[in-house]
Amino acid sequence: LGLALYAGSLCAVSGATFLYHDYCVIGAGPAGLQAAYFLQQAGRDYVVFERSHAPGSFFALYPRHRKLISINKQYTGKSNSEFNLRHDWNSLLSHDRRLLFRHYSHDFFPSADTMVRYLEDFASLLKLRVQYNVAIIHVTLEKNEQAWNGHYFLLTDQDRKNYKCSSLLVAAGMWVPNVVNFPGSEYVEGYETVSINPEDFAGQTVLILGRGNSAFETAENILGVTNFIHMVSRSRVRLSWATHYVGDLRAINNGLLDTYQLKSLDGLLEGDLEDLAIIKDKKGKLHITLRFYLENRNVSAGIDSITLPQDELDNFATRAPYDRVIRCLGWKFDFSIYNRSLRMMPGKGNIKKYPQIKPSYESRGTRGLFILGTASHSVDFRKSAGGFIHGFRYTTRAVHRLLENRHHGVPWPATVYPITQLTNSIIKRVNEASGLYQMFGVLADIILLRENATAFEYLEEYPIGVLAELEMQTGRKAQNGLFVIIMEYGRNFSGADKDVFYYNRAVGEAQHAWQSNFLHPVIYYYKHLPTEREMKLRPPDWPLPRPDAIHHIVEDFLTDWTAPNAHILPLRRFLENCLSTDLRNFFAESCFLFAFTHQKLPPFCQQGYLRMQGLVGSQELRHHAVQAGLLQDYTHTDFSGDRPPDSHDGSQEQLMRDHAIPVRPLQHLVNAKDE
Amino acid sequence: MSAQKDRWVSSLVFLLFCASSIPRSGSVGLQQEPSPQHYFSGLEAGRASLAFFTPTVSPGAQPFLEQIESSAEALQDYGISVVKVNCPKEDVSRYCGKENALRKAFLFRGNRLIREFPTDSLFDVNSIVANVLFALLFNEVKYIETLADLENIENLLKGKSNMVFAYVPATGTAEHRAVMEAAFVYGTIHQFVLTTEAALLKATSPDDPDVSSAWLLFCHCQQATDPAQPCRRTALGQPLTLLNIHRHLKLMGAPLVTEVAEDPEKVSTVHLQLGLPLVFILSQKETYEADRRTAEFVAWQLLGKAGVALLSRDLVDLNVLHRSNVALKTPDEGMPIQYLVLEDTDEVITLVEDKNKVRQIQEDEQQEEEEEEDEDEKENNNQDIQDDQVVEAVSRDKKRELPLEQVLVLTEENFHSSLLEAARTVVLFYASWEAVSLAVLRSYSEVASHLKGTPGLLLSRVNCWDWPGLCSQENVTQFPTIRIYKEGQQSVTYDGMWGTEELSSFILLSRVSCPLKLATMDEAEGYLRGEFPSELSSHHHTSLLGVFSTTTNEAREAFEEAGNILSGHVRMGMYFEDDALALSRKYSVSPPALLLARSGGRSVEGIALSKHSVQDMVQMIRYELLDIFPEITVPNLPQYLQLRKPFLILFSAGDISQMESKEMLMLAKGGAQKAFVACWLNLKKTPVGHGILRKYFSTTPSLPVLLWVNLHAGGQVFKFPPEQSITEMNVLSWLERLQAGLEIPSSTLSEEDWKPPLPAYDFLQMMEPSVPELSPNTSPHPGDTPVPHPAKSPGGDTAGGDTATREEPSQESTAEEVGSPGRDLRGTAPRLAARDKQGKRHIEL
Repeated sequence: LGLALYAGSLCAVSGATFLYHDYCVIGAGPAGLQAAYFLQQAGRDYVVFERSHAPGSFFALYPRHRKLISINKQYTGKSNSEFNLRHDWNSLLSHDRRLLFRHYSHDFFPSADTMVRYLEDFASLLKLRVQYNVAIIHVTLEKNEQAWNGHYFLLTDQDRKNYKCSSLLVAAGMWVPNVVNFPGSEYVEGYETVSINPEDFAGQTVLILGRGNSAFETAENILGVTNFIHMVSRSRVRLSWATHYVGDLRAINNGLLDTYQLKSLDGLLEGDLEDLAIIKDKKGKLHITLRFYLENRNVSAGIDSITLPQDELDNFATRAPYDRVIRCLGWKFDFSIYNRSLRMMPGKGNIKKYPQIKPSYESRGTRGLFILGTASHSVDFRKSAGGFIHGFRYTTRAVHRLLENRHHGVPWPATVYPITQLTNSIIKRVNEASGLYQMFGVLADIILLRENATAFEYLEEYPIGVLAELEMQTGRKAQNGLFVIIMEYGRNFSGADKDVFYYNRAVGEAQHAWQSNFLHPVIYYYKHLPTEREMKLRPPDWPLPRPDAIHHIVEDFLTDWTAPNAHILPLRRFLENCLSTDLRNFFAESCFLFAFTHQKLPPFCQQGYLRMQGLVGSQELRHHAVQAGLLQDYTHTDFSGDRPPDSHDGSQEQLMRDHAIPVRPLQHLVNAKDE
Repeated sequence: MSAQKDRWVSSLVFLLFCASSIPRSGSVGLQQEPSPQHYFSGLEAGRASLAFFTPTVSPGAQPFLEQIESSAEALQDYGISVVKVNCPKEDVSRYCGKENALRKAFLFRGNRLIREFPTDSLFDVNSIVANVLFALLFNEVKYIETLADLENIENLLKGKSNMVFAYVPATGTAEHRAVMEAAFVYGTIHQFVLTTEAALLKATSPDDPDVSSAWLLFCHCQQATDPAQPCRRTALGQPLTLLNIHRHLKLMGAPLVTEVAEDPEKVSTVHLQLGLPLVFILSQKETYEADRRTAEFVAWQLLGKAGVALLSRDLVDLNVLHRSNVALKTPDEGMPIQYLVLEDTDEVITLVEDKNKVRQIQEDEQQEEEEEEDEDEKENNNQDIQDDQVVEAVSRDKKRELPLEQVLVLTEENFHSSLLEAARTVVLFYASWEAVSLAVLRSYSEVASHLKGTPGLLLSRVNCWDWPGLCSQENVTQFPTIRIYKEGQQSVTYDGMWGTEELSSFILLSRVSCPLKLATMDEAEGYLRGEFPSELSSHHHTSLLGVFSTTTNEAREAFEEAGNILSGHVRMGMYFEDDALALSRKYSVSPPALLLARSGGRSVEGIALSKHSVQDMVQMIRYELLDIFPEITVPNLPQYLQLRKPFLILFSAGDISQMESKEMLMLAKGGAQKAFVACWLNLKKTPVGHGILRKYFSTTPSLPVLLWVNLHAGGQVFKFPPEQSITEMNVLSWLERLQAGLEIPSSTLSEEDWKPPLPAYDFLQMMEPSVPELSPNTSPHPGDTPVPHPAKSPGGDTAGGDTATREEPSQESTAEEVGSPGRDLRGTAPRLAARDKQGKRHIEL
């Protein structure tokens, strides 16, 4: 069948033969397979090109020491599958419950081999259309007014076979090792090839360049057998538990920090690698010197003539010679296969290893080219999880939804609810949604209000970077105001130099919720969709421009935001005040009273009781409500009329607003006074 | 004597208040007696008189005479006559004869001389009155000079009576007079003790007293029993005037704490009469003892400044916040009682003592502002208090374990297999954190126990918080949702009232297919009688039978479709056998027709089916099922509201009388039938009707009461004249007048929109000071932004603010924060503000 399909899409353009597909995906890693899954589910014409013979070729090699640092939590005490994805960082999204990573490994930090096996299963069980052993070596554009984006993508593989696509999804990952060139860099071993056998390092002195997880992972492996390890990089170490960014140094790899701080010979240094130079002495030992010294010397002179820093500064830190120098500097995107016409540009500053993309994950240079997976991390580098499976599985879905709307007229999926479900729908999502949780500050749930705020549409996990384009990108209308629900850490809480354990770091009271530090839901209310300009002018470090109103649900130790008084009540008040309506629930009896005494009814009565779906409530419940002073009990009313009448209007409402907590006896105070 | 004193007390009060306003002729004052003989013969026993003897002309005594003349009036009030006795020239008796005596005044009781006063001690009215009374009240007012004397008297009085101790800088002063005048009235009730010794003043007064001003203490010795302890004392905080002393003693005499069991608006105590506020301590049965002690404690503190009453909430129905624990009633007319939530007795005392505040309250303009402020404040305080009756009721009930043994828990694993087990599976989809769901779950558990043992029926539930995938797969987007799954058929979603009865009935009715195909004439007849099918015989529903001839397929299909829609709500059957014509003819209709059997088939009504669209048929069936003169109840009101007609509703204390029922039924059936819904409400069965009546008329009117309620247009409520009897004629003519606009509505339904009950936390505003880039101006000037000043010393400040609210921050954390500007600025002010709220809720361990 597959062959027939491909044969059917064969077409001949100007002599060359092209295989045509609507969508081409480069790379069958996690992101490529994830994209393929959604395309397949939607019944789209797509193909995935994988240069290796199996999916996930990066994981077949990396991490070198085979331990993934993505958590694979077996138990959460909950059966909620969506919630559990918050603590499953390895699974891809699918409807198939067999494809949960916990069925593949019981290790909290599983092996990379398991990931390879998982990806193979994912591709085969879901029958994803992947062409293995096809390495795309060149991508160019063909202008065509008929094409979706005004051009087709022409792909050439290693066998000069050509492919033509309307939309190109690049999920090729980041696999080109970062290399620094300095005098003597030829003596440096790369992370890609360095031995992972600790015995090879016995009694050696090692210098590691880089300060990421791969550097520390390498150090961790040989920590016990080396003389000592020194680690050099430009910037200070960034601990993920302080930065709340999973890409920074994870605690599982930080053994070297321990031995450094406890003065057990290992050490960390800061310095620009560009200024370094390494020279090898006759015994094969490697000495650190500065590029500066090399530039001034006579080229022909022997090694001994080279000035070493310790010649001038006899306590120079890295004066001890090293046996080995290992480079662990990470990877970058492979820009080489893209024709200049695609204008695939590297980012600026600390995101130069990534291609430039818009917050919609579309390339800045070429319409119709989307970057998926870890290469798309420039959107939320050092902030959220977009560079990792547990983040990009959601952003890939978001891209798919954007494409469905753009090319197939399928609007962004949305559920319509009556306004009475507003509080509930938010509470449900902030408690279980994994996309919001993992991609905090990047993906947001959007509530689009219908006219008169009697109903609303709920859109899940929309990339807020393109909030201004929401109507165009989703095919939904946002004329009557909207809520944006995102998760945030407290501002100024995260950072490499921040103390994240200070006293009173956690806020407990709902009224101080805006000062919450740990990840918590934040709801922005806009009367009008923010414009591009407003998005551009938003305060620095803010995901969104100034809203008309904002609500923070107070951080929770258990990340369980279902407490009626601390979480739901303040949220309801916020929503009520944004919509200027009363969103309380009422028993049928109250609605009955309102029906006879008010010309208008609160939404809950209107959408429930009046449609013959009133909440009758059990005897006990009504009794409790009476006890709370929120419901009046008329059963014992006598007719003598000597009770004070409710003289002013709205006394019933007043009653309902009031609430009982037992009268606080002042007695303890009295006792204190008497003493 | 005591009776007389009592009379004096009342007369004194009277006099005090009107003495100045009643004009009196001077002649009443000073009596002139021609001669000593005449004077002495006229003296009454027990009656005091002050006499001075004067030769016909005595120039030296002239100023003294003026004073004595003016004091006559004052002394008159105490029953003391002042007499000027003219000494005839020849008289050389004891009083007239001696030159000496002429410079004196003599005080007699009866004809006994009590005291003689040198005229220089009677220099003015005050001194005259003071000295005269001092002499007369020799027993009632003890004069002491040492502290020991005072202690002796105090000890003697303990357990017997109270003591009034007064210090006056000198005798014969206005204060002295006031004390004596008071002693004259209260002397038999309390022991009066007087001193002019400054040392005694210093010994009894708390702080450095001013020896030139008088001082009065009320010593509560009557209750004091411990000989070692001095009696409790209450000082008079105001200047010593008769009025002040009188008020003070009156207050000391009032009960310490008044127990009140009536509307505080109606309560009046001596405090209020004397222009002092009255503090109510609101008590509940459970906390009575503690509240009583509190009240007494407060009362002692406020003695002389305000009254304290203990109000039992259990006995009085108060329309106020349940957590209010103190109320303040001011003596000013028309000032509403303030209900307050105070946490400390000190607050009560400050409340009263803060005179500025009281003064402000009395100033009308400011008063309003302040009230508004207070209200705002109160509202803000209430923001975090639950005002959703359902949520609150559910959370109060959460500790009770629900009897859910009859309800099977379904999961993603067993859902589909369980559906196969029973012919019908009812599934409640709910979320365990959601209040309405949980309220329905409670009713559902009752349904389960009602329907226990019903064959072929399985009740189950799915917690969508546990199994979101299952719920979305079943297309459940709202909680709660109840579905009935039948083998091989599409599931039916319950769309009725979330009540035990309604749900039970729905489930039971759903067991029978709708419409039920009846095979024989016998079955059809049995169906109309409510006997067939047997599953439903216990249920008394109106039965609906569609009769179709074999040719009326179109109508029959529509009827079947309508049956699907109405399934569970309506009992529907259909008959389309060959003899259908015979059946319909029996009820004088021809097929396609509906037969409607109300109340167990006693009356069967035939209706021709003219409309064949499903929607019309559903509409028609629903309409036909409505009663002509229904009793309105909470569950059935929405059906009648959907007619969107005004209500002619009879509120009745219990069942309505036959006569009323008959008349109303006639009205309902009459020509005007289409124009309004005639119905009645049984207040016994639907007690919330009282709430409606109370809203319309501030009191419950005499019942039964017939009302016309324009529910949908205008909202006017008209009351049928109670003096007329409810007959069709009377009501119709009243309705005519009403339509003609000749009646005045008794009430109008509130047009108010349902606004948010309380404001939300304004986080945007709270954030602005600390996040200047947030402010609407895109380029904030650092100087303009009101960054709170304390932020500049963040360490100390945060520590100070936090000590109260949270765990004590360690020194390190404080020091740390100083070192890292940026974070430390965060929210210092709000945290400080949080101190006030402390104790409201403790979230942190």
